[in-house]
Amino acid sequence: MAKITFITSSEEEIVLEGDSGSVMELAVQNGVPGIDGDCGGVCSCATCHVHVIPEYTTKTGEASEIEKDMLELDDNADEYSRLSCQLEITEDLDGIILRVAK
Amino acid sequence: MQNQICVIIGASHGGVNLAFSLRREGWEGRILLIDADPSLPYHRPPLSKTFLTSGEEVEKFSLKPEEAYQKEKIDLLLGQVVLKIDKQLKQITLDNSEIISYDKLILATGARALIPSIKGINTAGIVFPLRTAKDVINIRSAINRAKNKKVVVIGGGYIGLEIAASLRKLEAEVTLLERDNRILSRVTSPELSTFFDGLHKSKGVHIHTSQEVVEIQQAQDENVIICKDGNRYFADVIIIGVGIVLNTELAEAAGLCINNGIVVNEYCQTSDEHIWAIGDCTNHFSPHYQRNIRLESVQNAVDQAKVTAKAINGKKEVYDAIPWFWSDQYDIKLQMVGLSDGYSEVLLRNESINKFSLWYFKGNELLAVHAVNNAKAYVLGTKAIKEHLSINKEKLVNSEFEIKEAITSAGTQSMVS
Ligand SMILES: Cc1cc2nc3c(=O)[nH]c(=O)nc-3n(C[C@H](O)[C@H](O)[C@H](O)COP(=O)(O)OP(=O)(O)OC[C@H]3O[C@@H](n4cnc5c(N)ncnc54)[C@H](O)[C@@H]3O)c2cc1C
Ligand code: FES
Repeated sequence: MAKITFITSSEEEIVLEGDSGSVMELAVQNGVPGIDGDCGGVCSCATCHVHVIPEYTTKTGEASEIEKDMLELDDNADEYSRLSCQLEITEDLDGIILRVAK
Repeated sequence: MQNQICVIIGASHGGVNLAFSLRREGWEGRILLIDADPSLPYHRPPLSKTFLTSGEEVEKFSLKPEEAYQKEKIDLLLGQVVLKIDKQLKQITLDNSEIISYDKLILATGARALIPSIKGINTAGIVFPLRTAKDVINIRSAINRAKNKKVVVIGGGYIGLEIAASLRKLEAEVTLLERDNRILSRVTSPELSTFFDGLHKSKGVHIHTSQEVVEIQQAQDENVIICKDGNRYFADVIIIGVGIVLNTELAEAAGLCINNGIVVNEYCQTSDEHIWAIGDCTNHFSPHYQRNIRLESVQNAVDQAKVTAKAINGKKEVYDAIPWFWSDQYDIKLQMVGLSDGYSEVLLRNESINKFSLWYFKGNELLAVHAVNNAKAYVLGTKAIKEHLSINKEKLVNSEFEIKEAITSAGTQSMVS
């Protein structure tokens, strides 16, 4: 079980728990505003963009090459950006905080 | 506005996104979302990809969880067909004879699978289209029952090819028949067709082009597929992927303007001011390409939904998105942006094996990019098309240069003419 906190663009904090699937799926299942997941999680749409709060980047690891490239579609992307459909939920993600991209 | 009602016909990528966007944009009235399909609305692209190969239930692919509809006060009416629209009375009629009045009506009726008129197609028991979750469940169980897992796919478009790739994963013996002289002929260049032809053949798919199926016969426990030139193919299961028929009958009977889809203006409004239409069933004018277009993609359904939700809430925004699309086959990810129709030149940029991009130009204008395992080309192509940037063609095809180095800023002429 991993506890994941989302901070939305209106500064609302949403705390969710999940044990499998992707972070995007968890967010969509619970209606986190700003995470749409239009392509269903295959790294094609970039509508699941989040910024990892810097202290948790060791937990989330690095984005793959295609993910990094796709992130460039969004002008607001930075070094902490991830596509949340590419973040698989495991115990390792327990406690992370993500800011939903604008 | 509180006692107004917005009725949406079709609860798929278009209709569902519209319902949620309406709330986000401030619609306070009732929202009624109706679909003939009894399943909780689901993603369609996985149907020919991961849903076909996995043993998962359709719920795994839901667009939104059931609670989300309740939370946003969106009334879902599933398993019910709308039979009629009366635009004078502003009413619709359901198949249980119920009549519902609307203030705003949105048609997100999409399309259904085209079943070609082939002799014997309706009497052979194991012929399946692939457009709905039910279709996939039927295909999965037919293949599980089949003795030899011998499948013939009729149609070499994206869906036909994705089905072929998925069935190979399920270890079926797959033959794909295409009527034209190359696969993907209606949607991409000969260069990309050649690549996918080679890819599928290397994975063991038997591809036969210039094969027009004229008859299907049932013989003992096999089916014989007979082509115009006399060739015969044998199958336990036949899957049809030859295109779609637009669900425009309701709109047509209601007297809305139809021309290769329901005609909508730049705000997705139909010829009736109280009726909008979005997604696969529509035909719209593209300011970017300066012509009318009809698209079959998630992007178009979702983006038109957003524009429509805004318009209904009095925030008019012109729909001028650059179309994009993807297709996943084996370990190949194809990403496309723009429309290549009418191109005069296509340039190939090779990165490495199975990683390249095709850039379509009309003179010096970049029309579209088709990228294979190459998200960078897709992303930079998207920006270049959107912003009308100039491209240095010589640098573009030379992979010693980064793609970025080949793209110059708007208005400045490329060094190479
Ligand atoms: C197998 C497959 C794979 C695909 N892969 C991709 C892909 O990789 N990428 C991509 O971008 N696109 C893909 N597409 C296309 C994409 O799914 C469609 O463009 C998209 O679903 C269009 O959404 P829509 O809401 O306009 O219409 P549809 O999805 O066609 O939905 C229309 C809905 O309206 C309902 N309806 C129609 N008439 C009535 C009526 N009278 N009463 C009640 N309900 C009615 C139907 O039951 C249906 O559920 C794929 C499609 C298929 C079938
Ligand atoms: S859901 Fe589409 S890229 Fe993540």
